[in-house]
Amino acid sequence: MFLWFHKFGSPPHFYRIAGKWIPWLSGLFLVLVTAGLFGGLIAAPPDYQQGDSYRIMFVHVPSAWMSMLVYVAMAVCGIIIMVWRMKLAEIVLISSAPIGASFTFLALVTGSLWGKPMWGTYWVWDARLTSELILLFLYLGIIGLHNAIEDKRVAARAVAILAIVGAVNVPIIHFSVEWWNTLHQGPTVTKFDKPSIYWSMLLPLLLMALSFQVYYVLALFQQCRAELLRRERNSKWVEEL
Amino acid sequence: MSTSALLETRNLSCIRNDRHLFENLTISLEPGRILVVEGPNGCGKTSLLRILTGLRLADGGEVLWRGEPIGQQAADYYEQVNYVGHHDGVKNELSCIENLRLARAMGIPSNVGLDEILEQVNLYAYGDSDVASLSAGQKRRLALSRLLATESLLWILDEPFTSLDKDSMKLFGGLFEQHLQRGGIIVMTSHHDISLPQQALTRLKLGQQV
Amino acid sequence: MNNRLSLSQAFVFLLRRDLLVALRNRAEYAMPILFFVLVITLFPLAIGPVPELLSRIAPGIVWVAALLAAMLSLDSIFRSDFDDGSLEQILLSPHPVAVLVLAKVCAHWLVTGLPLLIAAPLLGQMLGMPQQALPTLLLTILIATPVLSLIGAIGVALTVGLRKGGIILSLLVLPLYVPVLIFAASAVDNAAAGFDVSAQLTMLLAFLFLSLSLSPWATAAALRMSAS
Repeated sequence: MFLWFHKFGSPPHFYRIAGKWIPWLSGLFLVLVTAGLFGGLIAAPPDYQQGDSYRIMFVHVPSAWMSMLVYVAMAVCGIIIMVWRMKLAEIVLISSAPIGASFTFLALVTGSLWGKPMWGTYWVWDARLTSELILLFLYLGIIGLHNAIEDKRVAARAVAILAIVGAVNVPIIHFSVEWWNTLHQGPTVTKFDKPSIYWSMLLPLLLMALSFQVYYVLALFQQCRAELLRRERNSKWVEEL
Repeated sequence: MSTSALLETRNLSCIRNDRHLFENLTISLEPGRILVVEGPNGCGKTSLLRILTGLRLADGGEVLWRGEPIGQQAADYYEQVNYVGHHDGVKNELSCIENLRLARAMGIPSNVGLDEILEQVNLYAYGDSDVASLSAGQKRRLALSRLLATESLLWILDEPFTSLDKDSMKLFGGLFEQHLQRGGIIVMTSHHDISLPQQALTRLKLGQQV
Repeated sequence: MNNRLSLSQAFVFLLRRDLLVALRNRAEYAMPILFFVLVITLFPLAIGPVPELLSRIAPGIVWVAALLAAMLSLDSIFRSDFDDGSLEQILLSPHPVAVLVLAKVCAHWLVTGLPLLIAAPLLGQMLGMPQQALPTLLLTILIATPVLSLIGAIGVALTVGLRKGGIILSLLVLPLYVPVLIFAASAVDNAAAGFDVSAQLTMLLAFLFLSLSLSPWATAAALRMSAS
């Protein structure tokens, strides 16, 4: 098992394996996302309160989930970097950052689009939207720090530390914002609470979530391959390609 | 590789901005040896020294102290190391004496009195004056006097003679020799020709294999 | 014979050294508090001298200004040590770097965080903050500004090697300050309205202990990264 892990971690091997997986993952993603969108946008019944506008949830909720999941993945990479100094983890961490930031941005945009029919305005200081906004800042901080440090191996250690510190803070920030929100608005039910879920809604939601996860791995592989080539452009195996 | 070596490196390599500065560097230093690292600018002299201190991580290979990787015995290793880098590491706002006291607090204090040390490096008259008022050469002497204020076997010196005059160079050359006779080790870079005991000297030329 | 200083002696020594350096650089360290006063002066000028409005938003203003002042002063924790090479010497000390880092952060807080304690009640008065909120304001500053220094130290340690670290530093540090801002401002706000504030103060204390125990390690790791 460890040997396999070690082999998978070697850059040329990863480059090849990831290249082989990309078409399969693309296919899987297309199937899942089509099924999810069909289920969500066409098959699922309209909500009795929100009509059709709730359907944006099928994009909003999975992207919000992904924004957290990617951050956790980055923090795990951060720990691997600090303990084992594994090159592949460095590449996965920094390749994840723009993907995670995009998911966060998507969650923010869809959230405010959803907010327009609900609240009559594109932005309210809802707890989850505010948390997502701060999460976006955390992502941008990681990207900014990585860009600012020239030596990329040093930069990887810097963002590893930052990702770990951030991951400790994310739950605290989330909790604080939640607390702040109830304090100032009274214990109203937030609009993003899952509406009473029917199978016809839950299934497409899960499908969408799954397809987003596949998409993450797909985008990650592509980013990692590009980053690997950039980093190892002088090494033998890249020249042989 | 002899077992009496205190400081060893095994297959050390260093990459900076895609340039392989050195690869598979294996060094072994017994007590009383001095290693002078030579080579043109940008060949990795400073990087090698910083890897030996553990400030910089090697891109391959390891540094051993008494046969153990330095990362696994950081506290013990740092009791034995004294590093004077490009920067003097002295605070402008403090006096010479205060700076030396701080250096002692950060390492193992030696039994030599601080006044005595300042006298040895010809800074006795400046003991209580702020470092900000010293010249570059005087600051360098103060930085090097840290070597006497703390007890350490391994001195790692990056261009120690920068901005020193001839007399001071001779002075520190003598102090280096005493350190070697006590069984210490010195690793240094220098553009200056100084008289060092030939029998203890090893020269390492970097930047040739590239 | 090993006459290495004990860890607590080394801690005190470094703390004293930093305070001494700060004392000899008084002018530089007066800046954050000046900035704090200045920012707060801007608010009445921007929104008009309406007493009800000002006293309503005073807790928020004071805390946002304290946050910005703390951030502005962060750079001085490690900047001069990084530039003159003292930082390398600290990293090469046989003492645990995290403890030495803690000494430096303590010194920094004593010269930049503590003065806010003197200025804050004055400014609270100028903004018409109710009298009963003042003890809470002081208490929150006492508990929460060390948290700002501790978290900020991580950010500075990550950016101290960069030429243009300032903007990135604020991007790194401000989001992490959010919980402190929320609970500290809310405590003062509640106190002004005459409510109980023990929940907020307990949270701030929890933040303090958490950052005290974790931040020095992260800062030490980040300094090692910056020095390489």
